[in-house]
Amino acid sequence: MLIKTFKDGFVHPVPSEITSPQVYQNRRQWLLNAGLSGLAAAGFEALAQTARPGELPPLPAKPSTVAAAMATDTLTPYKDATTYNNFYEFGTDKLDPVRNVRHFVVSPWSVEIEGMVKKPGRMHLEDLLKVSAMEERIYRMRCVEGWSMVMPWVGYSLSELIKRVEPLGSAKFVEFVTLADPKTMPYVGSRVLSWPYVEGLRMDEAMHPLTLLTFGLYGEVLPKQNGAPVRLNVPWKYGFKNAKSIVKIRFTDKQPATAWNKAAANEYGFYSNVNPNVDHPRWSQATERRIGEDGLLTKKRKTLMFNGYEAQVGQLYAGMDLAKNF
Amino acid sequence: MRWRDALMSAWAKPVLALLLALPMAWLVYATFNNLLGPNPAESLSRQTGDWTLRGLCLVLAITPLRVLLQAPGLLRLRRTVGVATFVYACVHLLCYAWFDQGLDLTELWRDILKRPFIWLGFSAWVLMLPLAATSFTSAIRWLGGRRWQALHRLVYGAALLSVLHFFWMRTGKNDFAEVWVYAAILGSLMLWRVWWWRHR
Repeated sequence: MLIKTFKDGFVHPVPSEITSPQVYQNRRQWLLNAGLSGLAAAGFEALAQTARPGELPPLPAKPSTVAAAMATDTLTPYKDATTYNNFYEFGTDKLDPVRNVRHFVVSPWSVEIEGMVKKPGRMHLEDLLKVSAMEERIYRMRCVEGWSMVMPWVGYSLSELIKRVEPLGSAKFVEFVTLADPKTMPYVGSRVLSWPYVEGLRMDEAMHPLTLLTFGLYGEVLPKQNGAPVRLNVPWKYGFKNAKSIVKIRFTDKQPATAWNKAAANEYGFYSNVNPNVDHPRWSQATERRIGEDGLLTKKRKTLMFNGYEAQVGQLYAGMDLAKNF
Repeated sequence: MRWRDALMSAWAKPVLALLLALPMAWLVYATFNNLLGPNPAESLSRQTGDWTLRGLCLVLAITPLRVLLQAPGLLRLRRTVGVATFVYACVHLLCYAWFDQGLDLTELWRDILKRPFIWLGFSAWVLMLPLAATSFTSAIRWLGGRRWQALHRLVYGAALLSVLHFFWMRTGKNDFAEVWVYAAILGSLMLWRVWWWRHR
């Protein structure tokens, strides 16, 4: 299989400089086990950065101190995380995005802040990067299709940006509009979904510290096929909630009409919280296959309520019928 | 014509069987050499499903081609294609039962009954069972040609269910391009048969 890389110019390491994810994981594990996160942040940051696969420019970050932000699961290899993607603007096969992102331009980039907000306006990526300190977070990602990955993302809590732009009291939801450029995204215009791809969160979900505005992966800027240059990660929801290549963040009092909900409302709800007890109409959600770790004959592992983040996010849905609000 | 003679040669069947075994050989090789991408289980399920559909197209194309090309020798090869298609269908079912359901028969049965998309695929396979079981020359003799032929019309049902199974599976991706290709091929082969039955 031909794997293309997308070097953006200024990083050209030799293979011997690249630390394998396993070694990286061991170091991280050691740091975590030692319980020296403060020391790690201060002195061992250089260690964390050796994880860089050396494909793209680095994006330095400190390990996050947000509760449950540093999963201790084995990391999905960089190659799997960057070649097995659902990004329908570039094709519906999971191997399509990495093949088809060649002409996708991610610089310059800006994000429009609009709707029910005191400080609307266009923010350039450079300014967006400076809103808060970059944190590294290791999140489990559960795809609605029944597979999962564990990835080290770089970014900051979306709440930091939301606080800065000051939403009005009337704003109840946040809508994320992503790029739909038929010139550089070959499948925009196909009838698969209605474009642009739109996602949304309730305001309290958007304000949750685990909701990550993401700029990097594996210590480097986001690869194009993973939603460069800025995407969302909401680790307790199915992966498709994580809008990629965001161009607009809109504050609204109405529940956003999200892409998959519009395409098949009986299959994909607005909330789409990971829930092993509520099956998708065409498959069970009780188990999942961990990409890159579980072998062909490994029994699929049990899917956890809210993808294992129940202690952190369960209270957001207290009293709600999760079978109805799936 | 030369190629019609080739169809009658003793080599025709073994060569065809070898060709039909190539995709399976590749899948086995790819499995053991880690060439199936990040999700080998999914890749094996999908590819064996694709080859089952292709086999169905091929086996249903034999009669139209035999008539249109005036090549009666093609009929000799139909069984080989049919049996190979059944083998791909079995491996496809096995991939699902093993990789997806961990060979847990209770879970497997519950899953088949619960989900129409699985149920359709499973029914298609069930329809193929009597065809595979009566694919021997002695079975034709035992059943009598007419009854054997009537029984083997089940293949039309198997093809229809297979396409529906594929269609339903693809509703998840909302991408039916490939489904339409198989539906168009199998649909034209059936339309030709309707025409032929009327004008024969």
